[in-house]
Amino acid sequence: MTAGNVFHRRAGALLVVASLLLSSAAEAAGQPLVVYTARKYQLVEQLFQEYGRERGIEVKSVTDDGAPLIQRLTAEGAASPADVFVTVDAGDLWRATQAGLLQPVRSARLEAAIPAHLRDPEGHWFGLAVRARTIAYSTARVKPAELSTYAALAEPRWKGRLCLRSGKSAYNQSLVAMFINDMGEEATERMVRGWIANLATEPFSNDTLMLKAIAAGQCDVGITNSYYLGRLQHEQAGIPVQIFWADQAGQGTHVNVSGAGVAKHAKNRAEAVRFLEWLASPAIQQRFAAVNFEFPANAGVDPLPEVKAWGSFRPNQVNVGLIGKAQPAAVMLIDRVGWR
Amino acid sequence: MAFQDPRAGTAIAAILVALPMAAILAAVVHGATGADPALWAHLTEHVLARVTVNTVVLVIGVVAIAVALGTALAWLTAACEFPGRGFFAWALLLPMAVPAYVLAFVAVATLDYAGAVPVALRAHFGAGFTVPPIRSTGGVIAVLGLASYPYVYLMARGAFLTHGARALEAAQSLGFGPWSGLLRVAVPLARPWIAGGAALVAMETLADFGAVSVFNYDTYTTAIYKAWYGLFSIETALGLALLLLAFVAVALAAERLARGRARYAAADSGIRRAARLALPGARGWIACGIASTVFALGFALPALVLARWALGVAPLDLDARYVGYALRTLALAGMAAAACLALAVVLGYATRFDAGRVPRAAARIATLGYAVPGTVLAVGVVTALGGIDAAWRALTGHDGLWLQGTVVALLFGYVARFLAVANVPVQGGFARIRPSLEEAARSLGLQTRELVTRLHLPLLGAGLGTALLLVFVDVMKEMPITLMTRPFGWDTLAVRVFEMTAEGDWQRAALPALMIVAAGLLPVALLVWRMERATRAA
Repeated sequence: MTAGNVFHRRAGALLVVASLLLSSAAEAAGQPLVVYTARKYQLVEQLFQEYGRERGIEVKSVTDDGAPLIQRLTAEGAASPADVFVTVDAGDLWRATQAGLLQPVRSARLEAAIPAHLRDPEGHWFGLAVRARTIAYSTARVKPAELSTYAALAEPRWKGRLCLRSGKSAYNQSLVAMFINDMGEEATERMVRGWIANLATEPFSNDTLMLKAIAAGQCDVGITNSYYLGRLQHEQAGIPVQIFWADQAGQGTHVNVSGAGVAKHAKNRAEAVRFLEWLASPAIQQRFAAVNFEFPANAGVDPLPEVKAWGSFRPNQVNVGLIGKAQPAAVMLIDRVGWR
Repeated sequence: MAFQDPRAGTAIAAILVALPMAAILAAVVHGATGADPALWAHLTEHVLARVTVNTVVLVIGVVAIAVALGTALAWLTAACEFPGRGFFAWALLLPMAVPAYVLAFVAVATLDYAGAVPVALRAHFGAGFTVPPIRSTGGVIAVLGLASYPYVYLMARGAFLTHGARALEAAQSLGFGPWSGLLRVAVPLARPWIAGGAALVAMETLADFGAVSVFNYDTYTTAIYKAWYGLFSIETALGLALLLLAFVAVALAAERLARGRARYAAADSGIRRAARLALPGARGWIACGIASTVFALGFALPALVLARWALGVAPLDLDARYVGYALRTLALAGMAAAACLALAVVLGYATRFDAGRVPRAAARIATLGYAVPGTVLAVGVVTALGGIDAAWRALTGHDGLWLQGTVVALLFGYVARFLAVANVPVQGGFARIRPSLEEAARSLGLQTRELVTRLHLPLLGAGLGTALLLVFVDVMKEMPITLMTRPFGWDTLAVRVFEMTAEGDWQRAALPALMIVAAGLLPVALLVWRMERATRAA
């Protein structure tokens, strides 16, 4: 055997090894990222596709409500293809964590970008957009000086003037859950009974209908997620309804999050973490929130000018994960007081 | 020969057909055993009584409206002559293409206090002018009644077209007018078909979530959702679903009682066309007015509202993706309709040839799914298939999913949910074939196989067409099973509607909703054309 032959063989072996490494690297880069999302497609589809293009991978997703997606993940178990789970409610994130469907993530980037009260202390999930649930009022019949707290809406002066969305809405359940955390069940129940006594009409099936009822004069005040009014103001400039930031002298305005975590059995974990970091980065945060008139979770990022026009507010700083824990108690309270 | 004794295979076949639903039921029952006693106590004290009353009121109201409208309109278009009859004969089926949840959100958006109609009325008559609130028990009953009367209409019309000639002759010879003829002769003759349609309406109403939640009307279904989504207890939700199924069992028993022991079969197997009873002058125009009102409220006006909204959002949203949504919708509906039809025919034979308990019990289990809220059924589907997948992994050593997340999983769910819809018209078709015809055919030496191809299939034709249409249209409108079990990339028009409405964006949902309606028109038109041709040819 000549030295030359040996050299050639070695070089050949090296080439094979190198090509194997390259191809496996290419495969890793090409492995799709699978997202189960309760944040609806029209709010995320462009971002998902953009991330896929940037990384040269396919981003596959399915939409559904949070609870069915949790059930789908449960049934799929270790074989689940899901890498990332996105919700529109902290309660669902808490629930998925309890069910052992998410895995903890340590990421300096995510921890720097997302304030502590908007993420799980153990890194199972991170809030990505903040939704504030506060008071909406008719600019024709209510002066902002008449408004102060959520609890004040239970006073007799609002009799026949208050509109609410259904007690079946997760957003109302999380609001009540926050009050249970802050002031206990008894005081919360008294307040909610006061609201129900003040109702001008049957609760609505969504916030948009309720805001339109305030505009049309069926009632004067209501409780809404601010982005619903953002959308309406965008569609009809000059709609006579405005936002009031509730509880500024007390615990602060109630906030919930649309957020995400990495699935327990993620097949593409590194990519999933990278995806969350990308979503939390300033440029993407701005767009993630702006498309739905929400507030970016990343405190260094400004919301839309229309949203900024509502003025700044102090949010309730209690960790949004506690909402999920108190939610069953909130639902039972809502049943007891007959909030339909 | 395999066909010598049809009974040998039929019981086994019936059991096979019932297997998917049985697997789902097992998953639901197993899940429900984990129900939380503390939550049950809470539900018993604060929730169950109210939702039970609400559900009963809703089902009775909707069935009453659907039966009254469906039967009267079927009689008018099948046995009477009035201005516009030819048009209304098929046009009155069109509301079937409008999903109930879509009709609901169109009604609430336009008729609620802040909606366009009351706003315009107040502008005209003064701020004090009030209209009855649409978000009320009456409102939700009216909307579901309008959305579901076509089931009764279709079944009753089929019966009137086959019995109509004789019923009419009998009525005329007894000196009855058109209305007393309907009530005293035609309805009693068509009772099993009307009852079949009413049972479908009742089951659909029990399972409805989309429409009642737009109205914020609390039923069993909304309580199930609340236990699952809000109390985080899927087990308790499944327990509630089982209670709902108990409701259904009672309803179905009532239907069997209503049908009685009598056997119904057409005296003449062919369809004979009699002269229609002319409604002269004012009476004809009243008939035309009734038909026009139902058509306008159930189809024309909602479709116009949707079209207006869709035009507004089309520039933002309409692109090539919608071709995909539409094609996948049609493909899934077609596959599911074919599968349900085939299985319903199997059940039909099993229960016809074997009067024993096994096929009848199997048929009852197989058709329960229509009364189960879609999302509960979907949980049953993913849980049952999850079990099968886990067993498959253990057996083969593969990892990954085998059935879950495939089109097979979707079809499994659709069959479990919609077999009842195919079963009712197919059974109705079998009921119209007199046993004496079979005896005659056998005495002429026909083998079972020939009996099927030369006697049954031709006579079943209309029933099979009805079954195909009903399942096809229902699958297009179906949301929760599609959402929860679809593979990646299998988004349909209904999925799109869901995504838009989930954030309260009803106007943007108009575009896919209108496309569901449009896609539903084609099978409806085909069926009507067939029905008309069959009557004319005879």
